[in-house]
Amino acid sequence: MTDAPTHSIGVQVRGLRKSYDEQPVLKGIDLKIERGEVFVIMGPSGSGKSVLLRHVIGLEDPDEGEILLDGESLRITNVAERFRLAMVFQSGALLSSLTVGENVGLYLAEHRLKKPDEIDRVVTEKLEFLGLRGVKHKMPSELSGGMKKRVAIARALVIDPQLILYDEPTSELDPLSTITIGEEILALKERIHVTSLVVTHDRDLAFGVADRIAIMSEGEILFTGTPDEVRKSQHPFIRKFLTADFKFNASSQSA
Amino acid sequence: MFQNIGEILFMFWRTLLAMPQVFRQRQKVFEQLFEIGNRSLLMACILSLFIGGVVALQSGPVLVERGIGNALGGLVGISLAKELAPVMMSVLIAGRIGSAMAAEIGSMRVYQEIDALRTMNINPIHYLVLPRILAISVALPTLVLFAILVGWLGGGFVSVVNHRIAISFQTFFSNLKEVVEVKDVINGLIKSFVFAVMIGTVSCHQGLTTIGGPRGIGRSVTKAVVNSIVLILIADYYLTRFLLVIDHD
Ligand SMILES: Nc1ncnc2c1ncn2[C@@H]1O[C@H](COP(=O)(O)OP(=O)(O)OP(=O)(O)O)[C@@H](O)[C@H]1O
Ligand SMILES: [Mg+2]
Repeated sequence: MTDAPTHSIGVQVRGLRKSYDEQPVLKGIDLKIERGEVFVIMGPSGSGKSVLLRHVIGLEDPDEGEILLDGESLRITNVAERFRLAMVFQSGALLSSLTVGENVGLYLAEHRLKKPDEIDRVVTEKLEFLGLRGVKHKMPSELSGGMKKRVAIARALVIDPQLILYDEPTSELDPLSTITIGEEILALKERIHVTSLVVTHDRDLAFGVADRIAIMSEGEILFTGTPDEVRKSQHPFIRKFLTADFKFNASSQSA
Repeated sequence: MFQNIGEILFMFWRTLLAMPQVFRQRQKVFEQLFEIGNRSLLMACILSLFIGGVVALQSGPVLVERGIGNALGGLVGISLAKELAPVMMSVLIAGRIGSAMAAEIGSMRVYQEIDALRTMNINPIHYLVLPRILAISVALPTLVLFAILVGWLGGGFVSVVNHRIAISFQTFFSNLKEVVEVKDVINGLIKSFVFAVMIGTVSCHQGLTTIGGPRGIGRSVTKAVVNSIVLILIADYYLTRFLLVIDHD
């Protein structure tokens, strides 16, 4: 199964709507993410980015609209299972009853894809790749927030995914680790042509890795375009969102 | 209280369909078995010692006054095997293991661990529910068997020691042997098996449907335990009737 040549998958979101307790969270989202693309979604807290990702990977059912993976609707049963999808959760979502190593190797072990000693080798390799040494036998509760995030990324990479969703992959990382993650996102794209959908607040990461960026606010996509197009956008909200911190920095520097 | 009984039954059905996965999940079944035994065996023995003792204490003097004190062994034997051991042990296990199941699965739900499993195409029913229900339905009847034996000992001990009863150990146990048949013990084990399945199913379902953060976990635990106990007591009545009918055929 893992020996099959990886082909990345395209994602289409059509007219997606979702409400929780009568509160609309997604108000008609349309997106087209090309195969092998790094697509970044930015937007303020609470705008529905995580909810959107949960729909794309099939954890939530839309009220209206649909998600297509390589043209096949997620509403059809088993579509999500036919592809290798991975998600790095905002909180990491490591299984707290398993060691770090067991977490990373879980997918391979549960689906009997490799022998135990091979799994062990893959796990060590992935952890080292993300700069994590000597944590394999620790429990997730013994790790810092940033380390958990990196373990979660390692766990996603082990799946050898065709589509990988990152929910704030760098929100708890120092600048150096952030660069490592950014480089890894790009390396994966080159190496296995995986499609990446990245939700982030981190402008440096976004502009550093994105092929295209979508700006989301209050359950709607305001703008989609290449990083350059986004930088040039005259949309008042986007200008404000992209420059808010700069103004703050400028004023604090001049003070 | 039981508005989601349909959901619970559906989950149970899905667990039954997952049975062929048992061999793959055997390691987790053993872990759960060990966990349950470890947590409850001592408690179960102490509890049943006292239950046997109190039955003897309550009924012994009454029987002795009427000159039928040597019937005490049978009375204690039957009531423990067919009723008290299965029900009391199930209530104990609902409190000790049902709560743990709901808390564990509930926190996995709240902290998105179950979502993570699902994104890895790992079915939570196979991975979490099946091993737990299976383990509890093996462990509880085993505990009940222990409880019955220890309870008899407790009853016998009190009958000898208490001065208002004061019958001999031999009298107690020869009467018990005469009255209690193997099928009475099996009757109790069948009951406890059914209760075990109910505790496991209700608690796992409650865990899986936990919402609302850490407080939600607390609510789930309480609900799992209370609902299990209520179900056990209601089911006990109907099971007893059912088993009586079978017995007389
Ligand atoms: N299961 C749920 N039930 C009810 N409301 C929900 C649920 N999930 C999300 N919401 C609501 O949807 C809105 C968007 O949430 P979401 O987590 O997608 O935000 P976000 O854009 O990811 O924000 P952040 O950047 O802070 O992670 C929030 O107002 C949240 O309260
Ligand atoms: Mg979010």
